[in-house]
Amino acid sequence: MFSYCLRRTLAAVPVMVVVALFVFLLLRLSPGDPAAIIAGDMATPEQLDRIRETLGLNQPIYIQFFHWSGELLRGDFGTSLMSNLPVTQLMAQRLEPTVSLALLSIALSVVVAVPMGVIAAWKHGSLIDNAIMSLSVLGFSVPVFVTGYILIKIFAIDLGWLPVQGFKRISQDGFGPFIQHAILPALMLSTIYIALIARMTRASMLDVLGEDYIRTAHAKGASEKRVLFKHALRNAGVPILEVIGTGFALMITGVVVTESVFNIPGLGRLTVDAILSRDYPVIQGLILVTSGVYVLINLAIDLSYALLDPRIRYQ
Amino acid sequence: MIVAAICLASIVIIAILAPWLAPHDPLDMSPADRLKPPSDTYWLGSDAYGRDLLSRVLYGARISLIVGIGSALISVVVGLPLGILAGFFRGLDAVIMRVMDGLMAIPSVLLAIAIVSLISANLWTVMAAITIPEIPRIVRLVRSVVLSAREEPYVEAAVSLGSSLPTVMWRHLMPNTLAPLIVMSTYICASAILTEAILSFLGAGLGTETPTWGNIMAEGRTYFLIKPSLIFWPGIVLSICILSINLLGDAARDRLDPRLQKRGAAQ
Amino acid sequence: MSDDVIHSGSASALVLDIRGLQVATQSSPAKPILKGIDFAIAPGETLCLVGESGSGKSVTSLAVMGLLPKGSLKATGGRIELEGDSLLEVSSTRLRDLRASRMAMIFQEPMTALNPLMRVGEQIEEVLIMHQKGLSSAQRRERVLEMLDQVQLPDIERVFDSWPHQLSGGQRQRIMIAMALILEPKLLIADEPTTALDVTTQKQILKLIKALQERHGTSVLFITHDMGVVADIADRVCVMRHGEVVETQPIEELLRRPRTDYTRQLLTAVPSLRPRAARAVTDREIVLEAIELEKRYGERSAWARWTGKATSQTLAASDIDFALTRGRTLGIVGESGSGKSTVARCVMRMIEPTGGGVRVMGKDIASLGRAALKPHRKRIQMIFQDPFRSLNPRLKIATSLVEGPVNYGTSREEALAKAAELLALVGLPKDALDRYPHQFSGGQRQRIAIARALAMEPDVLVADEAVSALDVSVQAQVLELLDDLQRRLGIAVLFITHDLRVAAQICDEVMVMQKGVVVEYGPAERVLGSPEHSYTRSLMLAAPGRHWDFSEFRPLDRVFEETSTATSTAIIYQ
Repeated sequence: MFSYCLRRTLAAVPVMVVVALFVFLLLRLSPGDPAAIIAGDMATPEQLDRIRETLGLNQPIYIQFFHWSGELLRGDFGTSLMSNLPVTQLMAQRLEPTVSLALLSIALSVVVAVPMGVIAAWKHGSLIDNAIMSLSVLGFSVPVFVTGYILIKIFAIDLGWLPVQGFKRISQDGFGPFIQHAILPALMLSTIYIALIARMTRASMLDVLGEDYIRTAHAKGASEKRVLFKHALRNAGVPILEVIGTGFALMITGVVVTESVFNIPGLGRLTVDAILSRDYPVIQGLILVTSGVYVLINLAIDLSYALLDPRIRYQ
Repeated sequence: MIVAAICLASIVIIAILAPWLAPHDPLDMSPADRLKPPSDTYWLGSDAYGRDLLSRVLYGARISLIVGIGSALISVVVGLPLGILAGFFRGLDAVIMRVMDGLMAIPSVLLAIAIVSLISANLWTVMAAITIPEIPRIVRLVRSVVLSAREEPYVEAAVSLGSSLPTVMWRHLMPNTLAPLIVMSTYICASAILTEAILSFLGAGLGTETPTWGNIMAEGRTYFLIKPSLIFWPGIVLSICILSINLLGDAARDRLDPRLQKRGAAQ
Repeated sequence: MSDDVIHSGSASALVLDIRGLQVATQSSPAKPILKGIDFAIAPGETLCLVGESGSGKSVTSLAVMGLLPKGSLKATGGRIELEGDSLLEVSSTRLRDLRASRMAMIFQEPMTALNPLMRVGEQIEEVLIMHQKGLSSAQRRERVLEMLDQVQLPDIERVFDSWPHQLSGGQRQRIMIAMALILEPKLLIADEPTTALDVTTQKQILKLIKALQERHGTSVLFITHDMGVVADIADRVCVMRHGEVVETQPIEELLRRPRTDYTRQLLTAVPSLRPRAARAVTDREIVLEAIELEKRYGERSAWARWTGKATSQTLAASDIDFALTRGRTLGIVGESGSGKSTVARCVMRMIEPTGGGVRVMGKDIASLGRAALKPHRKRIQMIFQDPFRSLNPRLKIATSLVEGPVNYGTSREEALAKAAELLALVGLPKDALDRYPHQFSGGQRQRIAIARALAMEPDVLVADEAVSALDVSVQAQVLELLDDLQRRLGIAVLFITHDLRVAAQICDEVMVMQKGVVVEYGPAERVLGSPEHSYTRSLMLAAPGRHWDFSEFRPLDRVFEETSTATSTAIIYQ
């Protein structure tokens, strides 16, 4: 088990290296002058020269890469063009809203989607299965912002139950106001995720329900409920966890859009601001951080297989 | 399924015939007619610059479909050979798959944003930015199909019949990937259309004057409280379009995926 | 059909009574699978349900358990009575209660029949949790351990806490048996329970079932395709074909005096375990030779070196020497994991040998590169085990048949003409050329695969379990075809099989392998007639139905037996 965990952890390293290399090359190989992109349109020739100097743009490209990734490892992601603040500091300020929103959405999605998928698989081919599956296709076909605006129109404008926009931090304003402001964004953010997880749960459950050991369980006289939850769901767990991990990439897209729709001061909002001001150092930092989180989440999920599956544990 | 096919077909027809169907030029501004409600001249009303909403929505279908179909085609053209190579040669496999893992780790919208913010946005750069993150999905799919197909005895038989490597790949391995590729490329088409809309919505897509569904909605955000139809009309058409493509993809999967067929035939 | 033995007793004494059972598909139009089946089982009796694939024997067993796949198969008529409970009519709750407590089932694939994420002890315990609610967990554990002991598993405390993947196939089947019998059901249904196991394991499992059956007075419904197994364990036999019962008879009667032509055919097709005499040597030219051939898996990985762990290499085959002369058949016999298929694949250069040589027509091909290998590939061709996967489903038969010759420069027209001839040679009509593989049965596909190999005009044919997936009657035809081709074309055959009966009928020489090494090699008549190595002897002793000469409808007059001194053997004459 230790060797499995170590191998998995080591396998995450080349992925991060590829990500870093890709982001690095993206800037260097793009047609514009990297220094001009980093410095922005308003930079004077002297400023450009200074940036070329600090980035080592006159050196061979591999030395530039080592230099650059060395700075990343020290936590230096460069300086924002707009605010002149370090990118890391900007991101740290915006972290809490995004993380709390993402956690709330993931929890909501899993709680809703897994039972939906299990029921759909159990009643395979029935009306309720078709209904759940149609909802799920709808869930990832309707763009998040459309869902968002529909939710705002109904619950915030027409019914007036919830605020149209804005955000309250748990750390400053407490849990009540947080939930009041976060519930609509979380619902909006969850729709795709719910659709995805429900679909995968159903498919994975259907696969497992065709296995021989399910027939064995029936032959033992186990009830439907017991077969579904005691035998099938755990075996279907690995693909479900996997989709929760890979679906995290979709979640990030959703965060950017959601925070922009609801005007939430998180990382997503930071992204949108960076786009509008063409603040490349910030975009670059955001890519590196979200990719890193993606890799870490998927690593955590890989490691959790070891808890779920004795075949991995005793390798 | 049939409904989905009809919806999609009508969107395709609209896209092709937009210049003839649209009552106005989608770029034509008339400052006097800002934010008009639906009327005989402007069937769906007009936007903040007095442009006809209906015409802009009709023209928007063009960009969406071009981006969707283009991305699906390009990702298959690039991903299929990479996937076959990765499935067949162990050395290449390690390299290709590490690169693909890295690409998968970068959230697609952020990657597209980065590309567009470095290189000025036009149809080609937007399409490239949307397509690149989709390629790993194709490569992984093709690779896994090839890996399992190459264990098939008929592939081994072909090798022992002295068939050359390209023949084995082309005649015996590649056809196995077609059915799953068709299914996957419909999903990619849908997801590309969605990504394009999101990019436009965030202001990282084609120039704001270009009539794309995302752009129309982005402009509509400011006036959402006064005139929500600026968001809802393009949103509804966009949703229907993506939904139809996804439904067709599901139907194709149910028909073509041998795994599902096997379940039906077993016992 | 009447039930000769038991209809004298009162009907209530029967454990299982099936009358006019009909099962059909739920497609439209419904296709009948079982067309009115009758049979009954008395207490303590073993009834064997035999038949070839598609006979409906497994469907029958699933129908009894109420486990017909939902949505695709449905019982449409008849009755199934289990000690007075009419199984097609009882509520689903009652049916669940009856499962495990009154009737239990074990399946063909022990490797997949256990839940991989539950300890095996807990899986057995689950039966008690569901059906005997009053027991404390300590009592349950005690019962399970007692049952593990009854199925003769070693170190039962450790086995209780094991995961399925830590146990061998035989051990898992023992777990399944323990699970099935822990509530002492009246009826045990065993659906090909030993088919996936090696012969020596099969023998132990059959013995175990017999012992437990006697101890608990269980009735057994045993489903199998193997006449040898039937001869060893059955009290009565029910022969099925195309969803109908052909005949039901006590075992002796059936084997000596089958009433129907079909049963007669079935019995005649069973190859005899007594090796046939080797053919006269006509040609001494060696066409295929292996010299100290070796294949080891798991190269020294950087990981293993770095952690300083012992390199986890396995020798799949080592020190393999053999020589095959023109027109002869060499059999490689062994259980799973013996390395017999590894040898075949090394010889074909489908995997790279890690040592030694392979000479085809005198030329060592073991280390040739892809291009240098090409002219020699032609000389040696292979027939695979699974006829459903060995032909590309997307290509017409003609395309498959001409692919090889065209690769070696024959024109397409010429190759097509040749293909038509070859199809005639393997006994298929000419119009088969324009059809696709799915339009043919398993046996026909195997013939096509043979024709494809012959199109290359090879000197050696490697047949890897080439008849194992076929029904016994089809198997007999394909073996006959191979024999005929060999006589006409003078091809040498390397025949890999786990089936001693097949080996005894087709091989001139036999090589017995165990765990990657050759334990015995010599003329078939000697190796299988009076084996010297203890492993070969144990294989022979484990062969099911070895006392019976099926095609002659009588016991064998000479049977190989182990004498009391375990080291020496003798032929015992009955």
